[in-house]
Amino acid sequence: MVKNKLNREIPTPYADQYGVYGGEFANIRLYNEHARHIKPVKPDHSKLVASIHDAIVATGLKDGMTISFHHHFREGDYVMNMVMAEIAKMGIKNLSIAPSSIANVHEPLIEHIKNGVVTNITSSGLRDKVGAAISNGIMENPVVIRSHGGRARAIARGDIHIDVAFLGAPSSDEYGNVNGTKGKATCGSLGYAMIDAKYADQVVAITDSLVPYPNTPISIPQTDVDYVVQVDAIGDPTGIAKGATRFTKNPKELKIAEYAAEVITKSAYFKNGFSFQTGTGGSSLAVARFLREAMLKQDIKASFALGGITNSMVELLKEGLVEKVIDVQDFDHPSAVSLGENADHYEIDANMYASPLSKGAVINQLDIAILSALEIDTDFNVNVITGSDGIIRGASGGHSDTSAACKMSMVIAPLVRGRIPTIVENVNTVVTPGASVDVVVTEVGVAINPARPDLIEMFKHLKVPQFSIETLKEMAYTITGTPEPIQYGDKVVALIEYRDGTLIDVVHNV
Amino acid sequence: MDKLRRTMMFVPGANPGMLRDAPIYGADAIMFDLEDAVSLKEKDTARMLVYSALKTFDYSSVETVVRVNALDAGGDQDIEAMVLGGINVIRLPKTETAQDIRDVDAVITAVEEKYGIQVGTTRMMAAIESAEGVLNAREIAQASSRMIGIALGAEDYLTSQHTHRSADGAELSFARNYILHAAREAGIAAIDTVYTQVDNEEGLRHETELIKQLGFDGKSVINPRQIPVINSVFAPALAEVQKAREIVAGLKEAEAKGAGVVSVNGQMVDKPVVERAQYTIALAKASGMEVD
Repeated sequence: MVKNKLNREIPTPYADQYGVYGGEFANIRLYNEHARHIKPVKPDHSKLVASIHDAIVATGLKDGMTISFHHHFREGDYVMNMVMAEIAKMGIKNLSIAPSSIANVHEPLIEHIKNGVVTNITSSGLRDKVGAAISNGIMENPVVIRSHGGRARAIARGDIHIDVAFLGAPSSDEYGNVNGTKGKATCGSLGYAMIDAKYADQVVAITDSLVPYPNTPISIPQTDVDYVVQVDAIGDPTGIAKGATRFTKNPKELKIAEYAAEVITKSAYFKNGFSFQTGTGGSSLAVARFLREAMLKQDIKASFALGGITNSMVELLKEGLVEKVIDVQDFDHPSAVSLGENADHYEIDANMYASPLSKGAVINQLDIAILSALEIDTDFNVNVITGSDGIIRGASGGHSDTSAACKMSMVIAPLVRGRIPTIVENVNTVVTPGASVDVVVTEVGVAINPARPDLIEMFKHLKVPQFSIETLKEMAYTITGTPEPIQYGDKVVALIEYRDGTLIDVVHNV
Repeated sequence: MDKLRRTMMFVPGANPGMLRDAPIYGADAIMFDLEDAVSLKEKDTARMLVYSALKTFDYSSVETVVRVNALDAGGDQDIEAMVLGGINVIRLPKTETAQDIRDVDAVITAVEEKYGIQVGTTRMMAAIESAEGVLNAREIAQASSRMIGIALGAEDYLTSQHTHRSADGAELSFARNYILHAAREAGIAAIDTVYTQVDNEEGLRHETELIKQLGFDGKSVINPRQIPVINSVFAPALAEVQKAREIVAGLKEAEAKGAGVVSVNGQMVDKPVVERAQYTIALAKASGMEVD
């Protein structure tokens, strides 16, 4: 057993293989970018194949290979299930799958794991039944949880070598020019898929909207695509991109948002040309609304908003309060539409968004990030992956990436959820180290990380109640009582990679 | 000095999450409801929950009020649990006569004596929700030394008056003014009725401006989102605050000199004006204004 810098115990074989977390930027070194095999395409060759089956045959997919998918279709995704069903039917086994994330809708994966079709998984997160099955120890090998920036790094460095990427394409021409803004099931940005396309040996674009050549704008270019398959439907549009996300009326979420907005607007970062990223939760979206009011009142404009884009940011862009929107993923239909129509709304890949090994990610230019949490502990470590029962139910996302790189990271969360404390003595699982977390905002007030004396000074006269993180924890425990420790088993079911590739934590079975 | 009672927020007694979160919204007073917001079969649950909440959560930043059931509908049990829990104020619903107040006062006194709590610790307020109650407001306001305020409950009152709410509130003008006079005569607070359209911020602002101008101390609130709107209406004007500061400075000067009379710029200032100035300063502080 090896202890990492956060005193988390990492079993020796995994510690040897991955290295252990030693600090936010301790493991950022020179590296050689990973190369891919390319099958050149001659002028008379057609990339169109008749079916997913034919595409799999054409790629020569065989036992033991690694395949990937993107999660831009979220709960509306048909692609992963269609491809995996075909692969299972063809009798291919022992595959590693590397989707950018896994949703509830991917429950059929459980059968593929049981049948030996899938033996390794890396993903940003796991939800619901798949997460529970993994936590119960259904797999022999642990799942590797990677942040969005960490996955881009892993692919660029060759920690993940993708043999075949099966990429759902809202629209494609028959030569493989793909975008996410046209077609029957639009998802907007294809930021996570763009990385797969760039580094995978072979890429299959799966589309339900085959359009005449050339399909523009080009998010994934023909030079990265080997095969194009047309299917009836790649996803359920209502599950892919919901209508405009509504402004919350929940008074507690609004209170948290009000406090968060107060922190932002009273910070030195809130000036013309500032930049920010918000999440998609009720409070997070409400922060954007409060920010808007403050920006109008003080005549302040943001240079860019980053994300995870929702309608609330698109509205700010239209209003001229935000100069540019930089977009790796869209969460609702209006933002997907905006990406297709507005030249100031710009699509980027995950490497440019958040990779610690790129030549400078956008998050390095970011002033303020507003992030969520399942748990925050008194060392400011954040868990966004395991629930209070120890079961994997969340996603690493861009949490550790943005919080490490931006100038002020804010984690917003209610003090307790139901009977479960959010601020705890020790988080079940560390995804983001406390060193990256600057301000915790709850409905009762804020806690500033003592590692940021500059912020403590900056917020001396803040009109929001301020507490130490220990006091917040005590307030939570007064309500809920002290939680019983979770009874984990001995089996490691997930490795939590830090964005640099070292292990920040592991998850045991329950 | 009068306590700030700009906002009195209703919290249903049987909702643990809302009981827990109630203090965070900046209401001056929280009114736990054991009466209309609680279904018959949940009366015991709500009573136990509010009692536990009073014992568990930190309500020190707010005034705690509870709306109990009528004495013949479990109100006596409510009162015992609430007094034991340390509630600040018992609010009697549908008060019609001074005798209603005296009856509740007697129950509170018995409970305080039973548990060794100093008699008089628990305060009272009355909600007036009928024509009879309005017309008896003077006697009601003065029926007990525990009384800290009277509140208008407009919904039932207007039904009894064969009318309903309108935007300008003409139908409430007599009740509001009469209750206000009764409160002022007794030297207690007057709290206006709830504004039920929670999504109509402009309407709430308009109504709050009206009742503030009449002289009410505050309003009952049914949703936390209404609190900032009401508080902003009650925020004193800068000139008002400036004048209040001068008067309070004059008071300090008089105290330092041992003088019995407060004077500002050579003018003598009466005691009620001094008290009003202190209230304005408190209001300004609560409104987030810099006053020191």
